[in-house]
Amino acid sequence: MSIEPLFTFRNRWFTTSVAVTAGLFLVAALAGFLWLPSLQSNRGQAAEGAGGIWGEICSAAGVFRPGPAKSVTKPDFRGTQVALTPTLLKGADAASVGRGATLALQCSMCHGARGLSEADSPNLAGQHPLVIYKQLQDFKSGARSSAVMEPLVAKLTDQDMRDLAAFYAYLPRAPWNIPTDAPPPRIVISGAPVRGIAPCGACHGTLSMKPGAAWLDGQSPVYIRAQLVAFAAGTRHNDIGQQMRNIARVMTAAEIDEAARYYAGAQQ
Amino acid sequence: MLTSKRLILAHFWLAFAAFAGALLLGEWQMFIRSPLHAWISNPEWYYRSVTGHGTAMAYVLPTLVAMGFGYFITEAALKRPLIGRAWAWVGFGLAVVGTITAVIPVALGAASVLYTFYPPLVGNPFYYIGVVLVVVGSWIWVALMSVNLYRWKKDNPGAAVPLAMFANVAGSYLWAWTSVGAAIELLFQILPVALGLRTTIDAGLARVFFSWTLHAIVYFWLMPTYIAYYTIVPRAIGGRLYSDSMGRLSFILFLVVAMPIGVHHLFMDPQVGGGFKFLHSVFTALVALPTLLTVFTICASVEIAARLRGGRGALGWIRALPWRNPMMLAIAFSFVMLGFGGAGGLINMSYQLDAVIHNTQWITGHFHLIFGGAIVIMYFAIAYDVWPHLTGRALECHGLIRAQLWTWFIGMMVLTFPWHWVGILGMPRRMAYYDYTDPALAPQANWVIMSVIGGAILVLSGILFLAVLIRGHRAPQIDPGPYRFSVAVHQPRRVPVALNSYGLWLSLMVGLTLVNYGFPILHLLTTPGTDVPAITVGAQK
Ligand code: HEC
Ligand code: HEC
Ligand code: HEM
Ligand SMILES: [Cu+2]
Repeated sequence: MSIEPLFTFRNRWFTTSVAVTAGLFLVAALAGFLWLPSLQSNRGQAAEGAGGIWGEICSAAGVFRPGPAKSVTKPDFRGTQVALTPTLLKGADAASVGRGATLALQCSMCHGARGLSEADSPNLAGQHPLVIYKQLQDFKSGARSSAVMEPLVAKLTDQDMRDLAAFYAYLPRAPWNIPTDAPPPRIVISGAPVRGIAPCGACHGTLSMKPGAAWLDGQSPVYIRAQLVAFAAGTRHNDIGQQMRNIARVMTAAEIDEAARYYAGAQQ
Repeated sequence: MLTSKRLILAHFWLAFAAFAGALLLGEWQMFIRSPLHAWISNPEWYYRSVTGHGTAMAYVLPTLVAMGFGYFITEAALKRPLIGRAWAWVGFGLAVVGTITAVIPVALGAASVLYTFYPPLVGNPFYYIGVVLVVVGSWIWVALMSVNLYRWKKDNPGAAVPLAMFANVAGSYLWAWTSVGAAIELLFQILPVALGLRTTIDAGLARVFFSWTLHAIVYFWLMPTYIAYYTIVPRAIGGRLYSDSMGRLSFILFLVVAMPIGVHHLFMDPQVGGGFKFLHSVFTALVALPTLLTVFTICASVEIAARLRGGRGALGWIRALPWRNPMMLAIAFSFVMLGFGGAGGLINMSYQLDAVIHNTQWITGHFHLIFGGAIVIMYFAIAYDVWPHLTGRALECHGLIRAQLWTWFIGMMVLTFPWHWVGILGMPRRMAYYDYTDPALAPQANWVIMSVIGGAILVLSGILFLAVLIRGHRAPQIDPGPYRFSVAVHQPRRVPVALNSYGLWLSLMVGLTLVNYGFPILHLLTTPGTDVPAITVGAQK
């Protein structure tokens, strides 16, 4: 009834299994980190950056290396600097709304006293605070250009923008009369999956809301149309990761029109 | 020698209840995104359903079957009462509480993140806490399996551990180690965000941790099925197991090579280097070995049964098999589905071919065929085989059982073959809506309808399955006698210590995991700037 020892070089199971496993690992590692990379090597051409055999091993191991500086194409415009996180606007209080109301006196001639515009400036009443805050930051940094808005935000501080966001978010939204006679247009409710367009409503509120996407309900149709055209042309380029540019570029003129009219609702 | 019948039945019933609910969700998903139904106009409902379906089918069903069957094997194979039954009930309680905790936020639409968690999407914390509770409950099971075997070995020094128990404990160790990856991801990456302690998450690293779990969890799902192949099928069809050592070798190989290969789920991911992808591919190729061994051994065992029944000739013996025996049907169907599924798997594991079918409906077709088909059909067979021993009543309705197995097989083929095909045509997975009026998609419409029909057959089969089990509780009482596992042609008295213990194989398993995963994990952990802002499900209204 003796139990033979296992972890000893005299046990054939032990020696064989360890040797086979280690051998396999070594052969696979040599092939994966030396041999295969050498077959696709750019050792000859690229003195900068590639780094010879050691460079190849690092690359096979997944170590990120910046490419040669000259190959990076920089866009000729400035993108947004804002990162949207759940805690970005934490801590807004009633005082914030009050300060925002005072600041908003400068804005009311275009955006309306209660955030509802008479002209074709966008409505701000009830807009999600992240949207207001981000757009103001983008106007200030130049990521979103507007001859009208840029000079107005130049002297706003970060706290001013938070206060304005809190104030406008606090105002009641525009009354929106959804056209009930017809179902929402396909582009709003289904998108166009084959062209990679998610339903507008999946981000803008009809179905669900995504951070940074604006309430469009009751917005001026002229404004919506103008923004979509600007996204498509690339003249508006402050959307993170090209979320809206990628969509607007592949929309048809008819779809832009349908979406604008639907969101404008009774106003149109 | 079964003293924990209620415990075992409780596990099986929780598993099958979750299965039944999820089955209906699956068919609903198939139906509403087919051309037979107008677009539901809200993708959120779809993802809510897929999260529920995936969580119940991938976590609750197999974990509870493995636990219940594990307790059964412990008593039936070791021929003594389970040690630590109170703890087993605690583990079961955790699984129940966890399932309920997870299901509520999913049903409310607060955690439509899919069962793979999909960071940077983050949902309600209770969903993850629920999943963690189920896993912790299963860890209690792992510990109990280990303790029971240890005590038995002390009382039977030098004796060969019965194959069923040997495999069962191997499966539990595999699960213990593979669940660590997802546990780290949940506890250290996702839950802090879900609880509002952090706002960013390293989604790439999270995917690496999930891949640690994702491959070997498949082998954990597979364990009860393979145990049934080796230790139930030969006996049930009147044959003998061709080789006991081959069985031990297969389970050992699963232990060693199922772990260090998960990066094959990340072939298209940029955050893992090509060298590691190759390394994992090599070991992936090896994992076919235990399955080939199994197919060979089980085919030989089946042939033995046929020859014992007077079968003759090179292939003529196949006719002599007991085709009216439910176990015979189950193993045959399971092997056919395993064969097709395995062939598909060869495509998935080939780096270049994978690029073609990555994230298409081919993948869902593939794992429904293997998991929902080859694996789950043996869960049914296990239930049929052990039910009389658990209830003390006969399962007499053999006709119904055969109809159930046939419909599951046919339904699964009709569901998954078109599913593979539309995947090749380019249909992406995890999409709530397909516009079949578009000329690019129109050719897929009829194939999707075929899948809907396959799913309906499966629902019917699922109902039959529950009907058989429920009738089993009402049937006349019988004495089923002691439970017997298969006997090998050469039933071993003693086996080499390597084939009777786990130390060596666990060392290799952990060692290979560390060398194959260590660097990518450390590298991502120490590289700054790899975090992205988390997206909270249903946060903004
Ligand atoms: C002279 C008129 C005018 C005044 C005054 C004005 N705005 Fe605007 N605002 C506009 C116009 C026009 C646009 C649309 C710009 C475009 O077409 O890109 C706009 C856009 C915005 C937007 C972006 C809305 C969206 O949904 O993207 C915000 C936010 C905004 N203004 C806030 C303010 C605030 C805060 C003030 C006061 C400090 C202010 N505006 C003052 C005319 C004005
Ligand atoms: C994937 C989510 C997503 C989808 C789908 C989407 N949008 Fe947007 N949209 C955004 C985000 C985010 C912004 C804000 C961009 C920025 O940061 O300036 C935006 C901005 C806009 C704006 C400018 C609003 C303003 O006040 O400045 C309009 C108009 C718009 N989207 C229309 C649409 C329409 C119409 C559709 C459907 C065809 C659509 N969007 C689909 C995410 C989305
Ligand atoms: C009536 C039978 C079934 C039908 C019609 C069905 C249908 C579906 C559908 C439509 C999806 C979503 C695919 C996608 O969105 O791309 C899905 C996902 C899934 N199914 Fe099933 N299913 C069935 C049975 C099963 C069974 C028996 C299992 C396993 C035991 C299973 C496990 C899964 C898993 C793990 C997912 C993944 C969810 C995800 O992608 O997040 N299903 N099923
Ligand atoms: Cu895998």
